[in-house]
Amino acid sequence: MEYMKTQSRRSFLKSSALSGGGLILSFTWLSSFKSADKMADLNLPEQWNELTGYIKITPDNIIKIMCPNPEFGQNVMTSLPMIIAEELDANWKNVVVEMAIHDNVKFGGQFTGGSQSVRTYWKPLRNAGASARQMLREAAAQTWNVAVEEITTKSGVLFHEKSGKSANYGELASKAATIPLPKVIKTKIVKDFSIVSKSKKNVEGIKIVTGKPLFGLDYRQEGMLIAMIQHPPAFGMKLKSYDASLTLKMAGIKDVFTIKVYEEGSERGAFETRTFNELLVVVGKTTWEVMNARKKLKVIWEPIAETKEILNAFGRKQEEITPTGLESTIAQVEKMKEYAQKPAKLLRKDGDPEAAFKNATQVIERTYNAPFLAHNCMEPMNFFAHVTDEKALFVGPLQAPNFAEQTLVRRFGLSAEKIEIQMTRMGGGFGRRAYPHYMVEAGLISQKAKVPIKLIYTREDDMTYGIYRPMYTATYRAALDANKNLIGFHVKGGGIPENPVHANRFPAGAVDNYLAEGWEIPSNITIGAFRAPRSNFNAAAEQSFLDEVAEAMGKDPIEFRLNLLKRAKENPVGKNNDYDAGRYVGVLELLKDKSGWGKPENSGKKRGVAAYFCHNSYAGHVVDLVMKDGQPYVEHVTSVIDCGVVINPDAAINMVQGAVVDGIGNAFYGALTHKEGATEQSNFHNYRMIRHNEAPKKIEVYFIQNDIDPSGLGEPPFPPVFGAVANALYKSTGKRYYNQPFTSEQPKS
Amino acid sequence: MAKYSLKVNGKTQQIDVDPSTPILWVLRDHLNMPGTKFGCGMAMCGACTVHLNGSAVRSCSLPVSAVGKQVITTIEGLSANGTHPVQKAWLEHDVAQCGYCQSGQMMSAAALLKDNPKPSDEEIDTYMSGNICRCGTYLRIKEAIKTAAKTNP
Repeated sequence: MEYMKTQSRRSFLKSSALSGGGLILSFTWLSSFKSADKMADLNLPEQWNELTGYIKITPDNIIKIMCPNPEFGQNVMTSLPMIIAEELDANWKNVVVEMAIHDNVKFGGQFTGGSQSVRTYWKPLRNAGASARQMLREAAAQTWNVAVEEITTKSGVLFHEKSGKSANYGELASKAATIPLPKVIKTKIVKDFSIVSKSKKNVEGIKIVTGKPLFGLDYRQEGMLIAMIQHPPAFGMKLKSYDASLTLKMAGIKDVFTIKVYEEGSERGAFETRTFNELLVVVGKTTWEVMNARKKLKVIWEPIAETKEILNAFGRKQEEITPTGLESTIAQVEKMKEYAQKPAKLLRKDGDPEAAFKNATQVIERTYNAPFLAHNCMEPMNFFAHVTDEKALFVGPLQAPNFAEQTLVRRFGLSAEKIEIQMTRMGGGFGRRAYPHYMVEAGLISQKAKVPIKLIYTREDDMTYGIYRPMYTATYRAALDANKNLIGFHVKGGGIPENPVHANRFPAGAVDNYLAEGWEIPSNITIGAFRAPRSNFNAAAEQSFLDEVAEAMGKDPIEFRLNLLKRAKENPVGKNNDYDAGRYVGVLELLKDKSGWGKPENSGKKRGVAAYFCHNSYAGHVVDLVMKDGQPYVEHVTSVIDCGVVINPDAAINMVQGAVVDGIGNAFYGALTHKEGATEQSNFHNYRMIRHNEAPKKIEVYFIQNDIDPSGLGEPPFPPVFGAVANALYKSTGKRYYNQPFTSEQPKS
Repeated sequence: MAKYSLKVNGKTQQIDVDPSTPILWVLRDHLNMPGTKFGCGMAMCGACTVHLNGSAVRSCSLPVSAVGKQVITTIEGLSANGTHPVQKAWLEHDVAQCGYCQSGQMMSAAALLKDNPKPSDEEIDTYMSGNICRCGTYLRIKEAIKTAAKTNP
């Protein structure tokens, strides 16, 4: 049993009576992390990890749990309440879950991203559930005049065995509200869990299958108008002039005007993007009318000038330059080759890598490339806004309401109390909905039109607006001595506009002489977090390269990785290694076992492996690939994940299977290219997404069983898919694929 | 603008819209039935799938003027309380992640099973390949279709 103090500097609880009877328990928890695991790629400062929430127990025995974090398919509306219900020892059937509104006083961080929801809420939710259970036991003891130690609970019922008395939680909730908060509480041990680690169905399942209005696009209000924006046709362009006379004559059209998404020269805050500033807006009665009227706009665009602005986010303050120019993918590729030859920023150095490469008998050098990717959430960007001089209401899909609120406060000059944000279920997020420009746009349109509006992006608007997964490249070098030992390792990565290298990840720590460098090329094409940012490229490149090195050394790919990890575990090089080599080994060992690695492959089926660490979790896959009509097809996948305690196993398996399918799709088909600043793909006819018939027949998912506090799951299984696919493709075709998407290099059948 | 009388989920509805208006937007904007989703607007993703006289169609590309007396069924009409075999199978397999594409997936699945009560894996793959799911729930969709097929009379 784990004892926790409930009233420390970092946590407190507050209980009160619920009007009409019952108990409400509020809690706050300031979660502290080591710098290495601070939201992985976001470097969020500690104050963002303040977590609060509440549980209500009503006299009719309904246990209402507010889900603090926005839901985008990661299943937090089910998994977070399960944690509370476990420690409360509630009957899951009596639990009702509601999505909280945005309220950073009541609910703290409310951030959906970085695979952090379960990880950050694990302790506070357990603490809260255990506290409420303790108060209910105390209430029972007082009511029945017996010792509290003699009160037991089971599935939402309090028992006193000696007297045979029992009562459900609802009956004693009002009494519990009068009980002083427990100073010390006991939480359960993992093996005693009866709700956590037992599969529960999605609490919104019935609403989803019956088509209830859950999503932002489904939201409506009386008197609401529909708005669409017209953004420039290319990055590097801006609005010069327009003629809306034809548009205004169309049926249902109310107004055409322009808005400025941000004030020029203003500092750029966290998750703020500067893709296009001045946008043309069409407001009208219905979506179809607005869509058609927008086509009648006559617009003249002109090139942007170079801008300099201050990025002030996540404790960093730096000047950023947005260059002028109409960029094309072909030229970008050439420019990246050029930059790859230039001196780069040193990110990490162990030992003497220069000497190692100079003394090497064999040097293996390979370069891997990946394109921009569009998120393509199935629900295009949209938001409802009603902004007046006094207050503002925003309703829609978003991942980061606290950050969005700061942006809205600055842009609208309203205090945070005057801004209400309601979070709908999101039709996918994948990082895209952390960037609240579309909320700002909706708000500005409502303010100017003086009506409640719903801003709707078409698929084309969504795909051509920017905020993409960046374009990356990385050159890896390995130095082998005469005995084919790995004596030096070098990674030099770069991107437009961001460097992908995670310098302290494996194989850092496993090689005596190690060098990591990075470089960046500024661009006016905007980028954003995309399911496992940077990792989704690194895992592809690094895991391909490790296979190439293993082959040169004459070693089995898994044995080679295990040998390196053994070194990192027993005698690590350097001090700042991000990962736990033991957990990495655990994943690879189980993967080897479950996939039947090493058994002979049949003639058509070839296997590839990859394992990766990100977002505090470890994931590995073995994929079985066949060639079907000259095209690669992943038929079967074995996946092993170590994310600590798994909250909701069936949903977790779903998440991993989805990540595998998503990974295969992006590895094979995902690509966004540009010509003269214009995005060349605009909808699903020319941006290929993986489809039913391209998904594997079977994906077996295994979790490492342990008692470690849970870590991320939404992102970690995604990156290694790319590497496993690349390695299987090599074995199948004898050709190494260096450029994503891999089918672009595949001869057409 | 023109007046239309549409039969949706067994109910006749009067609307006055431009003849080019796709059924998707008639449902969502005019009839306040948002269960049918907008995904691409060009019949490439299947999120807007409804039944027209029992066959799956992409409502984003079906103008209201083309419907005539044909009967429309949407996700809301599959069953309001989740009792259709496809809805039940979707719940049993807990298919959804974000859930946005699922109404279109279920409408395609229901149409498939109507014409082909016991589809093979390949037939499911082929029929369902017009419906995109970025969350990647394809494997569960297939299992759910097979489960629904078992309860098919």
